[in-house]
Amino acid sequence: MTDEQQAPDPPVFDAVVVGAGPAGASAALALARAGRSVVMVERGPFPGAKNVYGGVVYGRVLDEVIPHWWEQVPVQRWVVRRSTMILTDTQAVTLDVRSQAWGAQPYNGMTVFRADFDSWLAQHAIDAGARLLTSTVATGLLRDGSGRICGVRTDRPGGDLRARVVIACDGVNSFLAKEAGLLPRADATHMTLGAKEVLALPAGVIEERFGLGPHEGLDIEAVGGTAGVPGGGFLYTNRDSVSVGVVVSLNGLAASGRRPEDLIASFKAHPGIASYLKGAEVKEYSAHLIPEGGYSTMPELATDGLLVAGDAAAMTLAAGIWLEGVNFAIGAGLEAGRAAATAIGTGDVSAAGLSGYRRALEASFVLRDHKRLRLAPDLVLSDRMQQQYTKVLCDIAEDLFTVTNPQPKPGLVRIMRRVLRRHRVRWRDLARDGLDTARTFR
Amino acid sequence: MGRWADISFEARMATVEFRVSERAHIVVDSDVCRSCTTKVCVHACPADLFAPTADGGILFNYEQCFECGTCYMVCNSEGAISWTYPDGGHGVVFRHG
Ligand SMILES: Cc1cc2nc3c(=O)[nH]c(=O)nc-3n(C[C@H](O)[C@H](O)[C@H](O)COP(=O)(O)OP(=O)(O)OC[C@H]3O[C@@H](n4cnc5c(N)ncnc54)[C@H](O)[C@@H]3O)c2cc1C
Ligand code: SF4
Ligand code: SF4
Repeated sequence: MTDEQQAPDPPVFDAVVVGAGPAGASAALALARAGRSVVMVERGPFPGAKNVYGGVVYGRVLDEVIPHWWEQVPVQRWVVRRSTMILTDTQAVTLDVRSQAWGAQPYNGMTVFRADFDSWLAQHAIDAGARLLTSTVATGLLRDGSGRICGVRTDRPGGDLRARVVIACDGVNSFLAKEAGLLPRADATHMTLGAKEVLALPAGVIEERFGLGPHEGLDIEAVGGTAGVPGGGFLYTNRDSVSVGVVVSLNGLAASGRRPEDLIASFKAHPGIASYLKGAEVKEYSAHLIPEGGYSTMPELATDGLLVAGDAAAMTLAAGIWLEGVNFAIGAGLEAGRAAATAIGTGDVSAAGLSGYRRALEASFVLRDHKRLRLAPDLVLSDRMQQQYTKVLCDIAEDLFTVTNPQPKPGLVRIMRRVLRRHRVRWRDLARDGLDTARTFR
Repeated sequence: MGRWADISFEARMATVEFRVSERAHIVVDSDVCRSCTTKVCVHACPADLFAPTADGGILFNYEQCFECGTCYMVCNSEGAISWTYPDGGHGVVFRHG
């Protein structure tokens, strides 16, 4: 039997979605809701088994697809307090924001473990009619006689899965997008490594230490505190544990000669962090890459028979004070599923037929936020931001509140002049970077 | 630094569940590594799986791998690392990721 003589096998599924993370589960949910046959292929034994993040999901993107999601989501704590810290070795300047509104409907951020959250979201897709194949690796793309993508190979015996559309939701290392020629083989410049420890702490201790009520959580994001390696640290409260870790530039890590767990130790030992963690023992250590390049590093999002969504398409928004990927993956997955369903309906699953995906993302927060903040990743990881300005800001704050009687107060301008000179920052650079920052975050 | 920070690397890795596969999903060609001057994989791998050998090569053990991709991203010697995912259902299982 040869392919040329026979018509190609009819597709078994309308769509195969690779990866049952937030992007994949959302794509499958949208397809199933549109009445399409769809199968999710997940290499882990259950959704979320392979996935690591910091710890906070912003759930509003779910409002339109899972009404009252907050009543059933496997939440750890609702984040009502968010601290952004600028750290040097011995200093900290913190912006501490608290809002009780975030702890009630419609809610804002929640801490949740990926093993729980990803399984929960995938179950919604299954309930809508999607199928889930766990413990299965998609090992490559299937192409028909004309070279068009028409399914995936898997590592199951006889495991080819044919489909009209393949949606690659296979995360940051996306070997499917690489095979399709959409992503470079390796791109250390635009990657950061996240390394994390989950530390056990009794719920009562967490609430006392962090000033929280029973279901309330705290989210700390820090710039610096990573022993000079460009990046920062994080601390999130779960019900009876805290997630603590660092996110560092991959090239910076490579050049530093430091080990990831040493950088976690540095962050944990910072005087602004250490006392929070007293007595907390490690329950789990983990690590994962983040595609931080943002808009300018995104691949083509559609080719003939293939869509790419979530981290596979570099959709994590990493803009210093924000680190959001799950909500972007959900937003993109839903649009990918809808666009695929529409294209299947019209019978045109070519790149042109699937182009509604990109148009929908352009109109949604996914590409609008990314476009607006496209300069942020470079700015945030730049040397001046990382090395000089953290010190400048901490020194200015320290000098402002240091009382040097009998000398009178020096005044802010004098302090700034002194601090800038100390760290060899020129006013001109400061003005330019200030403008860049304003433009970046406008 | 308090006592809680002093966890050995072995104890650290013992907190993670691995369903070890028969097949090594990552293979390192020590011959290529011998001419590598940076050996960045050795300190960058969060699971500390790359051990330098006396003859200038690398001894690699795939069993406790996070499947993160750091090593192939930072390695700049073509052909040193053959990287795949473990077979379905095998490898790391995170409970608190
Ligand atoms: C340290 C760290 C901290 C972060 N903090 C946050 C945060 O606080 N908030 C936030 O919103 N985001 C955060 N992110 C980003 C967030 O984790 C990602 O953006 C999000 O997980 C992307 O979802 P996804 O579905 O695209 O990919 P993933 O979640 O990576 O899912 C991909 C899925 O595909 C599967 N898969 C991959 N290849 C194959 C294959 N060949 N065959 C079968 N299955 C396959 C994987 O097992 C996985 O389940 C963080 C990331 C890291 C690493
Ligand atoms: S794996 Fe790559 S980085 Fe590591 S020693 Fe070999 S060639 Fe060098
Ligand atoms: S994938 Fe990650 S954990 Fe595994 S060997 Fe490479 S760097 Fe180490």
